[in-house]
Amino acid sequence: MLDFIARRLIAIVPVLTVVAIFVFLMLRLTPGDPAAVIAGDNATSDQIAQIREKLGLDLPIWTQFGIWIGDMLHGNFGESFFFKKTVVELIQQRLEPTLALSVCTLILAVSTAVPLGVIAAYRQGSMVDRVVMAMSVLGFSLPTFVIGYCLIYIFAIELGWLPVQGYTRIGADFGGFIEHMVLPSITLGAVYVALIARITRASVLEVLNEDYIRTARAKGLSNRVVLMRHALRNAAVPILTVIGIGIALLIGGAVVTESVYGLPGLGRLTIEAVLSRDFPTIQAVILLFSVVYVLINLLIDIGYTLVDPRIRY
Amino acid sequence: MSAVTPEEVVDSAAIASAAGKRRSLWRLVIRNPSVIVGGAILLFMVLIAVLAPYLGTVDPTRIDPAARNKKPDTEITFHLDNGQTAKRVVWMGTDSLGRDVYSRVIYGTRVSLIVGVAVSFLSIAFGLMIGLVSGYVRWADGFIMRIMDGLMAIPGILLAIALVSIWRTGLVTVVFAIAVPEIPRVVRLVRSIVLSVREEPYVEGAISVGTPTFTLMMRHILPNTIAPLIVQATFTAAAAIIAEAILSFLGIGIPPETPSWGNIMAEGRTLFRVFPHNILYPGIFLAFTVLAINIIGDGLRDTLDPKMSKKV
Amino acid sequence: MSEANKPVLEVRNLTVALPSGADRVNAVEKVNFTVKPGEIVCLVGESGSGKSVIAFTVMGLLAKALKPTSGEILLQGENILAASEARLRELRCTRMSMIFQEPMTALNPVMTCGDQIDEVLRTHTGLDANQRKAKIIAILERVKLPEPERIYASYPHQLSGGQRQRIMIAMALVLDPVLLIADEPTTALDVTTQAEILKLIAELQASEGTGVLFITHDFGVVAEIAHRVAVLRWGELVEMGPTEQILSRPQQGYTKMLISSVPSIHPAHRGVRLAAETVLRTEKLGKTYASKGFFQKNRVVKAAIDVDLDVRRGETLGIVGESGSGKSTVARCIARLIDPTDGNVYIGDTEIARLSTQRLRPYRRRVQIVFQDPYRSLNPRITVGDSIVEGPMNFGLSKSDALARAKKLMETVRLDPNSLDRYPHQFSGGQRQRICIARALAMEPELLIADEAVSALDVSVQKQVLELLDEIRQRLNLAVLFITHDLRVAAQICDFVAVMSQGKVVEYGAAEQVFGAPQHEYTKALFAAAPGRNWEFGKFAA
Repeated sequence: MLDFIARRLIAIVPVLTVVAIFVFLMLRLTPGDPAAVIAGDNATSDQIAQIREKLGLDLPIWTQFGIWIGDMLHGNFGESFFFKKTVVELIQQRLEPTLALSVCTLILAVSTAVPLGVIAAYRQGSMVDRVVMAMSVLGFSLPTFVIGYCLIYIFAIELGWLPVQGYTRIGADFGGFIEHMVLPSITLGAVYVALIARITRASVLEVLNEDYIRTARAKGLSNRVVLMRHALRNAAVPILTVIGIGIALLIGGAVVTESVYGLPGLGRLTIEAVLSRDFPTIQAVILLFSVVYVLINLLIDIGYTLVDPRIRY
Repeated sequence: MSAVTPEEVVDSAAIASAAGKRRSLWRLVIRNPSVIVGGAILLFMVLIAVLAPYLGTVDPTRIDPAARNKKPDTEITFHLDNGQTAKRVVWMGTDSLGRDVYSRVIYGTRVSLIVGVAVSFLSIAFGLMIGLVSGYVRWADGFIMRIMDGLMAIPGILLAIALVSIWRTGLVTVVFAIAVPEIPRVVRLVRSIVLSVREEPYVEGAISVGTPTFTLMMRHILPNTIAPLIVQATFTAAAAIIAEAILSFLGIGIPPETPSWGNIMAEGRTLFRVFPHNILYPGIFLAFTVLAINIIGDGLRDTLDPKMSKKV
Repeated sequence: MSEANKPVLEVRNLTVALPSGADRVNAVEKVNFTVKPGEIVCLVGESGSGKSVIAFTVMGLLAKALKPTSGEILLQGENILAASEARLRELRCTRMSMIFQEPMTALNPVMTCGDQIDEVLRTHTGLDANQRKAKIIAILERVKLPEPERIYASYPHQLSGGQRQRIMIAMALVLDPVLLIADEPTTALDVTTQAEILKLIAELQASEGTGVLFITHDFGVVAEIAHRVAVLRWGELVEMGPTEQILSRPQQGYTKMLISSVPSIHPAHRGVRLAAETVLRTEKLGKTYASKGFFQKNRVVKAAIDVDLDVRRGETLGIVGESGSGKSTVARCIARLIDPTDGNVYIGDTEIARLSTQRLRPYRRRVQIVFQDPYRSLNPRITVGDSIVEGPMNFGLSKSDALARAKKLMETVRLDPNSLDRYPHQFSGGQRQRICIARALAMEPELLIADEAVSALDVSVQKQVLELLDEIRQRLNLAVLFITHDLRVAAQICDFVAVMSQGKVVEYGAAEQVFGAPQHEYTKALFAAAPGRNWEFGKFAA
């Protein structure tokens, strides 16, 4: 098992290398002098020269890359010229809301979508099935922020049940924390639920056509037992896969959701960084999100081995 | 070894009933209810986009500070270029700079549809080429897939955001920024089709009669990708329209001089509580268009490949 | 009728309708037969005969689209066609059980084998865990699985095909049902494994007095184990009676035709070396697959080792073996669809195993291959005419010349030359296989390789295609390399036979010699396992 994990860890190195190269090149591909871009629009040529020296931007590109990677492995992600803090500090400050939002959404979405998908498959063609399919198409068709604004309009403005915007730290006030998380989680989770419910349904349907389901029926098992014991476990692999891949949607959606609900998280940070062309921050955030995404999918890979005994490298 | 499939009866019966089976596939597509409904809505949108100047619109970029933030269906007076004034009902209200929301929404249809088509086309075209090579040329496969994996490791919106931050904002930038993250998905799809078709006996048969590689690809392998790519194209177009809206909403999409549904909504977010019309109307148009495209995609998928309809 | 002789299963006037739009109204029409305790009744027929439909109807496992419209099915006197779903569930595995064709997919891959059998006991009995385990170990021993404890805890993918089928049998018989339905249970297995499973079924049913309804298309199996036989055609029962009677004195024309189509296991050809040029010669041909990867275990698989063959013009050499023997690998190496790793292949005087792809091109036309699956051998999107002319046009023939050649070839394979503009789906399996033969002949090859070319065809169609191949070989003086796992087919058309096992040729000689007096242990075992080898299938005029 450790062997397997080690091998998978090594397999993600090339992927992360590609990401790192891309992120590294981002700054160098921008039209204009990278140092000037980092320094900002109001910098003097002295400041620009200073930055050029400090970041070693006249060195050959391979050396720059090496230094950059080396720095990161030591925990140094550079300084944000716009925010006047180190990038690490910035990220630390903004981490909690994004983490909270992601976890809440993940729990909410998976616990809603998988049962819905299973029921829709079990009762294929019925009203329930059609409703689930219709809702999932709707989920794909509305941008996250539109859903967000609709929800705010109905629940916060008209009904006044929940706050419109803002974030409360979990340490400070748990009740307030939950209140502020409800609408954002539903908003962010909508497209995720749509995707997972669909794939769950499709996966269960496909499994229900397999030969061993026919064997299970031939043994005299009831439909419910066939579904729960035989179909679900075999459908688990594609469902796990889509949960993993869907994290990408979560991350992207978090950027928008934080914007709509005014949550001071990493997503908002990314936008602010892009608008002010603060490259060190943009690079660090993208790298961070990508690494998290890859690691989560690695966990899912390991999860496969628990579910399907055939996958034992 | 197992005998042939149960559908197979006797020679003459099979021949008689099977004439023209292939042609009817496309006819089935046209008759599919999802395709009809979605197609009708989409056609409506296309007509709006084409006929924009004739639908009672004014210049969507015309700023008129006196007519700021008017609610829908109010009457406003505005000044013509020659100094005269005229009265007009603004059906969808005006935004914070006095621009007519109705006109912006109608003209925005053009932008959104163009983005959808362009992104779809680009991602399919590049994805197809790369995917064909990756699936057929073994030594290139590993290298290409590593890069694709790397691109897919960066969540789509973030990658788009990154690309927009490299180049400046604008329609072309946005189109490329949205298209690039979609390419790996198409590559994967094409590659998996190529890998499985390559093993089919008829491809081996073509190899053994000496068919050169390029002809082999075009005649025997490529046609298998058409139907799945058409389905993928519709879903990509829908996703692209949403992505453009999101980018514009975040302020890094198309600049407001060219109205798009996304940037109309972006404008309206600050005063959303009081003047929801800025978000409501473009939102409805967006929702209907994307819904229509998604429904068409579902319908296409169900008809063109019944096996695929069991998957997403 | 005495108690002991009352039929276990009585099917009376059963009719099952097909959904509208199918090529006939009923899948099964007015079928009547019985199965008595302790007897094996074979339902035999070609594809589309409805034999599987009957089996599924008895168990109540029909697809929703198929509906029984009339008749009765009496299981020990109870009409189960009219039974509720709950009652059917009670009866399944306790009174009637079914085993299926593909052991690979019939078992749930994520549950241990022991668990899957345990399920049967948990559902239908009130035994506690220890009692259940004991019962399961007992049945695993009865189906002759070694190390029952280990098998209990293993997953299906860790077992071989034969072992998995034994698990299925164990699951089906653990509660001693009175009826066992077996739907082609040995079709997907190797000859030697098949023989073991057939023997097992026969033993188990004899000792318990179980009635067995055995579905098959293979008359060899019928001759081997059936007490009575029912012949089905297009959903109708054509003829039924004791095995010996049906096989030696069939009454109906269809039955006569079917039995006449079964190839004899005694070779038809003399196996005399002709004084002709050698078309194909292989020297120590070998193919080794080595998978090395970063951090992957190095696996080396030798699919073919030191294979020496030679075929002259006008001869047919058969390569016979079970799956995994390497016979297909050898065929594909010779056709250069895969590249050999060792040895040489000579077509005429030219060595082709070492040639690069570029330099190989002109020689490709000399070796042509016909594949196993007629449904995947032709590009479904282009007309059959285009498929046939593709090859000749690659080598410079003009379209009109190529089409003319194609027309002549269609006549040679006894198809209508004017149907060149039709698509593959408009032809039946047997016809498609002939088109593939025409495509191969269009290249005017010297060597024709048939890789299990008739294995997917019904027995009557198979006979026609084999006769066609033989005729073509004689007329065009071709050399033919015939790959098959079916000994009867090999006996019918091969002059010489090479027997392969685990990548090596273990016996090689004239067909008469190899079939009549096999030398190698493996060959002897292979022939001993052929079902119905003691039965001589006669030829009957219609």
